[in-house]
Amino acid sequence: MSVLQEVKTLTINGREASARGDETILEIAREHGIFVPTLCHLHGLSPVGGCRLCLVEVEGANRLLPACTTRVGEGMVIRTDSDRLKGYRRMILELFLSERNHTCSVCVSNGYCELQSLSRDAGITHVRVPYRYQRYTVDASHELFVADQNRCIMCTRCVRVCEEVEGAHTWDVQGRGIEARLISDMNESWGDSDSCTSCGKCVQVCPTGALSEKGKSVAEMSKRKQFLPYLTLMRDKWK
Amino acid sequence: MTPNNKGRAGNGNGGGNGPGSRPAADHCVRVCKAAGCVSAGSEEVFAALSDALKQSGQSVNCEVKGAGCMGLCAAGPLVSVEPEGTWYREVTAEDAPAILNSLGGEIVERLHLPTNTPFFERQERIVLENMGRIDPERLQEYLDADGYAGLNKALTEMGPAEVIDEITQSGLRGRGGGGYSTGLKWGTVAKAVGERKYVVCNADEGDPGAFMDRCILESDPHRVLEGMAIAGYATGASQGYVYIRAEYPLAISRLRSAIRQAEREGYLGNRVCGTPFSFTVEVRLGAGAFVCGEETALIHSIEGQRGTPRSRPPYPAQQGLWGCPTLVNNVETLANIPSIVRKGSAWFASIGTEHSKGTKVFALAGRVNNTGLIEVPMGISLREIIFDIGGGIPGDHTCKGVQTGGPSGGCIPADCLDQPVDYESLAGLGSIMGSGGMIVVDDTSCMVDVAKYFMEFCMSESCGKCVSCRAGTSQLFDLLDKITKGEASEADLALLEELCDLVKHTSLCGLGQSAPNPVLSTLRYFRDEYLSHIVDKECPAGVCSIHRDVEAAV
Amino acid sequence: MTKARVATVWLDGCSGCHMSFLDMDEQLIELAGLIDLVYSPLVDVKAFPAEVDVTLVEGAVSSEEDLHKIRMIRERTTVLVSLGDCAVTGNVPAMRNLFPVKSLLRRAYEENAAQPVAALSNDVLPKLLERVRPVHEVVTVDVYVPGCPPPANVILNTVRAILSGQPAQAAVNSRFGM
Repeated sequence: MSVLQEVKTLTINGREASARGDETILEIAREHGIFVPTLCHLHGLSPVGGCRLCLVEVEGANRLLPACTTRVGEGMVIRTDSDRLKGYRRMILELFLSERNHTCSVCVSNGYCELQSLSRDAGITHVRVPYRYQRYTVDASHELFVADQNRCIMCTRCVRVCEEVEGAHTWDVQGRGIEARLISDMNESWGDSDSCTSCGKCVQVCPTGALSEKGKSVAEMSKRKQFLPYLTLMRDKWK
Repeated sequence: MTPNNKGRAGNGNGGGNGPGSRPAADHCVRVCKAAGCVSAGSEEVFAALSDALKQSGQSVNCEVKGAGCMGLCAAGPLVSVEPEGTWYREVTAEDAPAILNSLGGEIVERLHLPTNTPFFERQERIVLENMGRIDPERLQEYLDADGYAGLNKALTEMGPAEVIDEITQSGLRGRGGGGYSTGLKWGTVAKAVGERKYVVCNADEGDPGAFMDRCILESDPHRVLEGMAIAGYATGASQGYVYIRAEYPLAISRLRSAIRQAEREGYLGNRVCGTPFSFTVEVRLGAGAFVCGEETALIHSIEGQRGTPRSRPPYPAQQGLWGCPTLVNNVETLANIPSIVRKGSAWFASIGTEHSKGTKVFALAGRVNNTGLIEVPMGISLREIIFDIGGGIPGDHTCKGVQTGGPSGGCIPADCLDQPVDYESLAGLGSIMGSGGMIVVDDTSCMVDVAKYFMEFCMSESCGKCVSCRAGTSQLFDLLDKITKGEASEADLALLEELCDLVKHTSLCGLGQSAPNPVLSTLRYFRDEYLSHIVDKECPAGVCSIHRDVEAAV
Repeated sequence: MTKARVATVWLDGCSGCHMSFLDMDEQLIELAGLIDLVYSPLVDVKAFPAEVDVTLVEGAVSSEEDLHKIRMIRERTTVLVSLGDCAVTGNVPAMRNLFPVKSLLRRAYEENAAQPVAALSNDVLPKLLERVRPVHEVVTVDVYVPGCPPPANVILNTVRAILSGQPAQAAVNSRFGM
């Protein structure tokens, strides 16, 4: 039996729990009904640990660890809901809100947006850091979909679903730091992309209104992410 | 003759005698060919000396050779004459005949650089021992200076576990900044299970003002290759990569020529030194991203992917390059290895402090007289470095502090200069040892401006993968900019501190986690300067241009 | 019991927050028992009075007039409430921040105007700020009520909470957008 399949026992928010060695802290938390916020993580895609919302405290660790990429260990003592973590999560959400131009009231995803609902759940009533007001282009060249980078949070779910599930690798990231942004193919318009299969998976996994279906108006763009775990399960089954 | 014998023959003769002490000619004139002196015109000096020698019709028995970094970059181009040990400073092409004519006679007084000064005498050289004394492009000169003797000893007299034990006993810690025990890291890679393993030399030196790794590779490339080969033997790796930034063309060309020479002479490649051990080294060029100095980003870059870090664990020692156990060591760390193996861990451990052994190379820069590359024993005080070795502050100015560790480090104030240089005490002061950048700051510098400079660097070098660093450094820069323009309020200062805490504790990799350090340390020691900008709308050093008309700024 | 002196102001917004306020319907009668509306677009008072207990601010700060007003209001108000997304985030008015004011005015009054305006004068029209700002970037705000608009019951509950001395609780059940 591989080490990763051995059963570990641990404590999460004061509750004792058991887990397989290949499970992550996030999986164990969700299994036990403990809510840990995430934006870049999506079941069925490889974890990246970029949104930093799922950081948790692990006793003995010299820093906070992302629950989505950290595997459980024997005897781990995990805390997911300390005041310190809640404070960090609030500020991180404020950074997301300030980074680009999230005008919820006129967004296609108003009411369905993960950033919006996580912000409400975290009790964010206003953003303390200044908004950056950088202008990003809207790419409406695709016949079915629209990409509005003003609403992108760089979670890279679209990049991963396109590469890992669809196998097209239409999306990728260009530039670095605050200048980093999504591009399709070799920085061409989405509509001109040779690799895009128009499958729409990227649109369905996008947590905000950055990727949407054409013809959807304000507060009409609900996403259907349910396909992903199912697809992954079926693929694994018939591998 | 087998390479094994060759190596030994070289070592036998080299022992005890300094390199170049047995020149074929009566005199050897060496011209520094490291980047600092090259940019000051040492190539022209070298050409002029060679021409003058030809024109003299060999009336003097002399040869002209290149050399690696001679250290005192501020006085370049530097020229040395052996065996007399005479050094000349700020030499120009016109000085060539005068230097040649002086050989065997009176020295050229107007160019003379005395070497009995603290700059030379207070240094202790392990990593830099051959620098300026051997031609980096000639393997034979490295061999004459006991080169590859450490590798030979490891391969023929020690088992891999013994080598690791020796390194552990020496107390050597990572010189790239982290200060992790090198022996422990080697042991982890050696223990890790994997068909293939790799040794990676991190030469992606990117701190502003730092040029230690560059000089080591330009001046003594074989030393790093020898360290890598020993690491490969100890950990069970047969392939090494040097990840070096493309902005270092001279270091790259010398490294490549060193690899060719070492392969030809059997110090790299198959059957190293005639033993069953094989080790090849390839060079990989970085495209100038600071974040690729972070080991997981560096590994992604070698693999041909976008240079972004990933969460650790798993550490590269378990899952690194192409998923294989990988040892990532910095240039200077690896450059220490040959000496430790050759001279023993006890010798190395006798230098330095209780927890920080050996020496550290620093690139001394900023407002100090003797800028250049220095190597000092751990435990020396910052004051000795700045005022004895560095020759103090130019002009009538007073020292305000010293920035160590570059954009990941902190600013240590003048009243803490008596603290010893070691990992723990620098960390205690809110800075880090870092890779060795040391920038001296005097009263003409504004500390808020210094913090802003480093934050701008981190902001533009952030990879953008995690939000804390991507958006956090951008917000921090904007806040610092606001402060230097006199537009900030005390609420902004509170926000600055809150954001620093966030970026430090929630960023994915070391770049973000350490990006707030320059701000935090200047806030700790120079808070009054921040308050002057915010409350009095004044920059005490007169560096920042404050907008008097704050109303207009809204 | 003396009634609380309450004001509402309308800066750069669509007046939707005021409409939502009116959507309290019959509860306005209950509210009228608790407060005196001393200044509002809904009542006929010309000058903002001194010593106001609670001011609800709708809209972002867009012009020099807004800036002047909000500073004066802040001075005269005990509890300042940012009401709705425009006041809290800048919202739709702030979407113009992606363009320089000059090019906005040119687009509106020259390129797209039926009768192009020869010269824009700030003698009559207040000068636009280079950037639209949420209220809290300009003055200190005590209570935030996001929403576009915040629902009527949220506004009512906020006022009730403030009057009963629990301002921190005021903003529950409301979020950016709607």
